[in-house]
Amino acid sequence: MADLQQQIAALCPQAEFDSTGEFLLVTVPDAQWHALARALKEQLGFDYLTALVGVDWKETLGVVYYITNSDTQEMIHVKVTTDNREQPMLHSVSDIWAVANYQEREVYDFYGIIFINHPDMRRFFLRNDWVGYPLRKDYDASEKLNPLRLEDEQNEDDTCSWVEDEKGNVARVAGKVFDDDEYVINVGPQHPSTHGVMRYRASLDGEIVKKVDVVSGYIHRGIEKMCESLTYPQTLLYTERMDYMAAHINRHALCLCIEKAMGLEVPRRAELIRLIMDELMRLSSHLLSYGCLTMDQGATTAFFYGFRDRELIYDIFDRTCGARMSMSYATIGGVVADVHPDFIKDVRHACDVIEKNLKEYHKLFTGNVIAVNRMKGVGVLDRADALNYAITGPSGRASGVHCDVRKTHPYSLYNEFDFDEVIRTEGDSMARYKVRMDEMVQSIKILRQACDKFEAEEGNEYIAKVPKMIKLPAGHWYQQVEASRGAFGVYLESDGDPKPFQKPYRLHFQTPCFNLVGIVDLTCKDNMIADLITITASIDYVIPDIDR
Amino acid sequence: MKETFDFSIVTTWLHQLLSGCMPAWLATTTECVIIAVVLLAAYSLIAMAYIMYERWVCAWIQCRLGPRRVGPWGLLQVFADVIKILQKELITLWKSDKFLHNLAPYLVLVASMLTFACLPWGRGLQIIDFNIGAFFIIAVSSIGVLGILLAGWSSNSKYTLIGAMRSGAQMISYELSVGLSVLTVVCLAGTMSITGIVETQADGWFLFKGHLPAIIAFIIYVVAANAENNRGPFDLPEAEHELTAGYHTEYSGIHFGFFYLAEYLNLFIVSGIAALLFLGGWQPLHVPGWEGFNEMMNCIPSLIWFLGKAFFMTFIFMWIRWSFPRVRIDQMLALEWRYLMPIGLVNLVLMAIVVTQGWHF
Amino acid sequence: MEVKIKSMKHDDFKNNEYIDGLVEQIRASGTNIVVGKLNDLLNWGISNSLWPFCFGTSCCAIEFMCLGAARYDMARFGFEVARNSPRQADYIMCQGTITYRMAPALKRLYEQMAEPKYVIACGSCTVSGGPFKNSYCVVKGIDEIIPVDVYIPGCPPRPEAFFYGLIQLQRKIKVQKYFGGVNRKEKKMEYVPDGKE
Repeated sequence: MADLQQQIAALCPQAEFDSTGEFLLVTVPDAQWHALARALKEQLGFDYLTALVGVDWKETLGVVYYITNSDTQEMIHVKVTTDNREQPMLHSVSDIWAVANYQEREVYDFYGIIFINHPDMRRFFLRNDWVGYPLRKDYDASEKLNPLRLEDEQNEDDTCSWVEDEKGNVARVAGKVFDDDEYVINVGPQHPSTHGVMRYRASLDGEIVKKVDVVSGYIHRGIEKMCESLTYPQTLLYTERMDYMAAHINRHALCLCIEKAMGLEVPRRAELIRLIMDELMRLSSHLLSYGCLTMDQGATTAFFYGFRDRELIYDIFDRTCGARMSMSYATIGGVVADVHPDFIKDVRHACDVIEKNLKEYHKLFTGNVIAVNRMKGVGVLDRADALNYAITGPSGRASGVHCDVRKTHPYSLYNEFDFDEVIRTEGDSMARYKVRMDEMVQSIKILRQACDKFEAEEGNEYIAKVPKMIKLPAGHWYQQVEASRGAFGVYLESDGDPKPFQKPYRLHFQTPCFNLVGIVDLTCKDNMIADLITITASIDYVIPDIDR
Repeated sequence: MKETFDFSIVTTWLHQLLSGCMPAWLATTTECVIIAVVLLAAYSLIAMAYIMYERWVCAWIQCRLGPRRVGPWGLLQVFADVIKILQKELITLWKSDKFLHNLAPYLVLVASMLTFACLPWGRGLQIIDFNIGAFFIIAVSSIGVLGILLAGWSSNSKYTLIGAMRSGAQMISYELSVGLSVLTVVCLAGTMSITGIVETQADGWFLFKGHLPAIIAFIIYVVAANAENNRGPFDLPEAEHELTAGYHTEYSGIHFGFFYLAEYLNLFIVSGIAALLFLGGWQPLHVPGWEGFNEMMNCIPSLIWFLGKAFFMTFIFMWIRWSFPRVRIDQMLALEWRYLMPIGLVNLVLMAIVVTQGWHF
Repeated sequence: MEVKIKSMKHDDFKNNEYIDGLVEQIRASGTNIVVGKLNDLLNWGISNSLWPFCFGTSCCAIEFMCLGAARYDMARFGFEVARNSPRQADYIMCQGTITYRMAPALKRLYEQMAEPKYVIACGSCTVSGGPFKNSYCVVKGIDEIIPVDVYIPGCPPRPEAFFYGLIQLQRKIKVQKYFGGVNRKEKKMEYVPDGKE
């Protein structure tokens, strides 16, 4: 770490360092940040922008960037702040890490921080006539300012960017998303194949898609803001409602983050239960994405096959947690209740059945000549782009990125398990589909090992001793887990408030689907409308996970 | 060989009965009215039966049960649907061509009804026996595409327009392949009259009789008919997951019902034509040499034979629809123009050689 | 007169007061036998052929898919013909949180549907805003925007709850008046076409 610190200091003498936390913290003035960012990427190999978190520190506004070197998996974080609250401005890094494009728009939406030289500075989640920036600590949430409007948004095509000239003057430049004579169709917000309420505005030339403009926020529920007024155990509730297909995993992530901040040791048995639940969730999620991918291509029967087997997993959840979805099972220090007596038997049974049926799925769909023609070579995302857009999860691994958090930053008990990271190099829709199918096999492998370990485990401890009032020291933590669609990160900042019922100062969820939606325009360009559907289905995002 | 019951006895008797008690023009008019009523009734009944059939077959393929609750075994389900759809509001759109918008569903319906009218259902059970029956069927069935194009165009919506464009490209292309495979059969049968074609199959169905060219023509027909019918894997004009509901997105109530009915009726028609051209129509299954078996087959009425074959073909179409993913528009056109049509043309030549050389059975 | 649902008794349902009240109302007002029977026939048809328009925004939509899948199979009731075009659907199945950005779209879709149309609010988010009630951009119950016929609580509701809600909608339809007066409460909406010339 010290070595890295010297290297960065050589690149940017103004930088300040703090190596007491889990990762090296670099504080850089905004003027030097853009140059340092470029050097970090090009000279030190920090090519993967893991998270970009906007924070309001009352006097200052700023952004925390978590950056990873994809070869060494070394992670640092950089803090850039501004003390202008009226018109805060920072330099954009969207030209260095493409993923920052949407993330900076999100920060602009929440905090009003304008990113200089950002190509498209529109709001991302909220209506364009929204007043105020909701995640600022001084936000006025009165209904008068932002009533429920039932008329459509106006001037959707208008965009702007703030451009800096050579002398350092910043000026606003207005622009248009689409030209007037383009044939623009609306895919969404309510469309059968957007898997929720995503809205794309696609400019067409005949059947060929020329440009896709992503309009998000139709299910933006302001989870991050609400978390700031809840105690730590209460915030757990919302994690399950973001990516509902990775409910356990997301909740696990927040639990791990809070436990890390508390320095709490979780019983091994509880950790095993959580791990089994995570893998079951992953299986269920991949089965759903198999179903949706096939249905979006018109093979309805395959969809029903996928759902048939998901019921087995739902049964296990139902018996142990008392609910089929949104289980609220993991909690700080372990899980809320012990497992059902037949738990291991059920898990083994589900593994057997799904393993057997996977062959049937392949027979029904994978080899089908139409399916192959529809998916092979369509929507290719190469490795460089995947890293640039910080694509993780099955979609990233299909492009050859080594990004399985279970391997790169092992958490929970994953380093005790023997499983393979499925990596393909084609990067097309077919590869993304196949990675998911192969990951199911790996999940089954993990589940079987976990069942053995669980049976060998002694005692029946399922939760650690947790204090009634959870208080965290001042500081910030970042925890990543491998959710079913990629790396799910939790940024937790505590101000160390000594009062009872401490609330998180800032809780940010870095969701995998948010990054996934960034590549829609890239991969769909010059493909057909039908391919837009296939590609988005193979990328497989969950909308509430994007919008939060 | 003993033949199955000839339905023309009934029609002749009816004609004589009517002519006996009224002037000729009135008799003809009455007959026309009777035919129209019977046709309409048969049309709607078949369509309803097909809707149920599709729902059950699809449920069976997907490990489900299908409609079970409305009436015994869910038999009344489709009647409930009809009542519901009849009373649904018809929405007129702003800024659209109302006349064309309202005309389109009727055009689609009329096209399918005209084709439906000239199918021989059994021995002597048909409205009119054209000497150019096969030609007529192909001609009128393509009126349907006009209705679909109009529907898509007049709705003044981008989705419907894309659906209509796709359907235009698709149906007109695949019309060629259907035509070629029908032509192949006409070449083998030596007649264009549908009854004539069926009658030449008395000693063996064309699928078995016509050697390789007939089998190729059959396969081409199945693929092209599927596409002609806008059914999966060629359901691009109404591709649910791309265009919400394709060309009929903006239609509500019974206007949508007409599209829905016509879709199922067209399914019956293409299966019926497949049965007539390749599977011997209403001719019973005869195996040379098995006299007892053949006698037994003769006892089954010709109407049942025809319907049975049509339903069997429909089952195959449904099987295809519910198992295959959808093709893309460029792949679909490539399939037609690069493969099906050239193969169809060569196949026609092959059939001509087979017929002139007398190689068929 | 009692609202009949196949293989379900009157007492199998909870909260019968509302339906019973409507039955009383119909009985009190009295009607011609022909009109009455025609009413029954139409209501039988409508209630047994409810085609959903699935307006799924989040988790509830997944449970709705389970409802259509092999184990629960809503096709048994004839509910399976999910239409993606609002014009052809009979009821809008609103599943998941409705945000301020989504609200105009939901209202528009409702207006695009053909009469008679019904609305089912599934899940606590649509019923009241649910866990997101305190958010700055979540609609606190879709009845602020469109009239709702049946509420299905749960987060998300189980498929059994969906069935219960759907059957409640059937019961409600079976006591509606088709001819001679209206007993459905609905806010009268004014339709202003956007392209006024």
